Amino acid sequence: MAICSYLPDLLCKFPAIDDTTIRMARKSVDEGFKGLVRSYVNAIDALVQPLQWFLNYLEKLFVSSPWIVILAAMVAIVYYGSRNMRITLGTIVSMFAIGLVGLWNDTMITLAMVTVCTLIAILVGIPIGIVMARSERAQSIINPILDVMQTMPSFVYLIPVVMIFGIGKVPGLIAVVIYAVPPMIRLTNLGIRLVDKEVLEAADAFGSSPWQRLKNVQMPLALPTIMAGINQTIMMSLAMVVVASMVGVGGLGRNVLQAINNQFFTVGFFNGFALVAIAIIFDRTSQAYGKRLQKHSEVIHG
Amino acid sequence: MASHAIEVKNLYKIFGPRGGDFVDQVKAGMTKGELNEKHGHVLGLQDINISMPAGGVMVVMGLSGSGKSTLIRHINRLIDPTAGEVLYDGVDVCKMNENDLREFRRHKTAMVFQKFALLPHRTVIENTIYGLEIQGVPDAECRKRAQGWIERVGLKGFENHYPNQLSGGMQQRVGLARALTNDADILLMDEAYSALDPLIRVDMQTVLLDLQKELKKTVVFITHDLDEALRLGDKIAILRDGKVIQQGTGQDIVLKPADEYITAFVKEVNRGRVINVETIMRPLSGNPEGVPVVVGTVLESAARMMTVANQNIAHVVDANGKAVGSIDLGTIISAMVTPISHEKVPQAAE
Repeated sequence: MAICSYLPDLLCKFPAIDDTTIRMARKSVDEGFKGLVRSYVNAIDALVQPLQWFLNYLEKLFVSSPWIVILAAMVAIVYYGSRNMRITLGTIVSMFAIGLVGLWNDTMITLAMVTVCTLIAILVGIPIGIVMARSERAQSIINPILDVMQTMPSFVYLIPVVMIFGIGKVPGLIAVVIYAVPPMIRLTNLGIRLVDKEVLEAADAFGSSPWQRLKNVQMPLALPTIMAGINQTIMMSLAMVVVASMVGVGGLGRNVLQAINNQFFTVGFFNGFALVAIAIIFDRTSQAYGKRLQKHSEVIHG
Repeated sequence: MASHAIEVKNLYKIFGPRGGDFVDQVKAGMTKGELNEKHGHVLGLQDINISMPAGGVMVVMGLSGSGKSTLIRHINRLIDPTAGEVLYDGVDVCKMNENDLREFRRHKTAMVFQKFALLPHRTVIENTIYGLEIQGVPDAECRKRAQGWIERVGLKGFENHYPNQLSGGMQQRVGLARALTNDADILLMDEAYSALDPLIRVDMQTVLLDLQKELKKTVVFITHDLDEALRLGDKIAILRDGKVIQQGTGQDIVLKPADEYITAFVKEVNRGRVINVETIMRPLSGNPEGVPVVVGTVLESAARMMTVANQNIAHVVDANGKAVGSIDLGTIISAMVTPISHEKVPQAAE
């Protein structure tokens, strides 16, 4: 660079901290973290043990049940959720297609994983969303954390997760939940904040306690938005199971990973489409269910 | 359960983060404009003193921005005052702690809102029982009590409809039924009928007057419509820029408007429906003549009775039938016509 010959060195080349200092700092942080994990390993294991059991139980239930039982259960859930024959028929056709190409078991594993992840994301997300909606301060603290969770590449936070929990289903589950919970929190918060001020005032005027206000007014009126959050969470957990397969989660994700490594074009697409099929079934069912919950908002009288 | 009067005393409300700091300045004479310009705070109410009659309808009237909705929200403390007190049955609502306030709201007050504020996910009956439900009254008992009120306001057969399936007038009937089911002494109506079209509004006014005859609640009714105020109010207070500029009965306001602003308002009023015969009658001289008219009859009704009887003269009798004065058609007509002095006054809106 010609211009550099006129400039002092300091302004031309960025004054980075020198390599040795960085290396030292890096080493001490890494070591410190590893040491911390090592000393609490038993406590951490005990803490996540119930998750592990729950996951294993559900996976075994899904995989070992006869396919016809699972299919019947799915059809029943889809039908009672959506009350829509087209979605139900679509479910049967796509599940048959998945079974025919030999992906039934992998699909069951993925299904178990997504079910657990979604449940945890809902259980964690809704209370946090409520806290956020109730306090401006909580919102200003939680919002940037959610931004980080959503934009940080998932491979990056997989590193500490793996360091803490090792390889397996639980770290996969935690990675998926971290990725999938932000929309749940954000939309719960938004839904509650958008509740009509007049209706809230009416609830206050009749002497509602804060809990009654939440239960009778805020949650029911925020429900459409919360349902959209659940829907988003399901979609994001499905998208994430491929990444989670890198830390040892089985199912369709692992097949995709193998297909990438070995350039198995067909296998990749079969598994990919199986994921898409599940995603569409979940999406259409949860949306139709959410819509049915909102039946009262249909305007009949002008 | 006898209702009590509500006493509003020296009430000030200044909106803004440091409202309390400016009360003294406002008391010393700072105007709304100055406060807003110098300190960025909005003067909502200043020095409100109103005694709301027990078991009667108190109407607070004012145009938008006059502070009338702010005032009604002080009675159940949906808004905290900056200074002053609101006394009900000797207790200052503004000093209640959270629990007492909740109990006060649950058992002593019920409110009807301009935009109905119904719960959209609940049916008519579920909305109506809301007040009782949060008090912890058993469901069957709630429904039994609510059913009666739903029928009283004319919504029988609509119990299981959702608010969105009803017209505005019907939704406000639900609002009224919800408030009445609470069986509270105080009924707060915040522009309850302003969103309804004129015919339905008159209809709902009649519903309220009929109910009030037997219930004798202390009603606080907010409106921007003078005709509505005169029809409903046992007592009327007129608010402008957060200040009470006149209070008294409908007749007081129509006959002796306190300033030009109110004069401009009352000139459009149908005086024949506001002024009573005893206000303009002459002392009785000689024997009572013509048709008897009871004290408290408005001029329009009296004129109708005389026209039907084809007489130009009538005598006024008190509740016991004793003649107390006389009146003739000419006097009635001149009292019903808006005085010339009022015609010259500019419009209220200007």
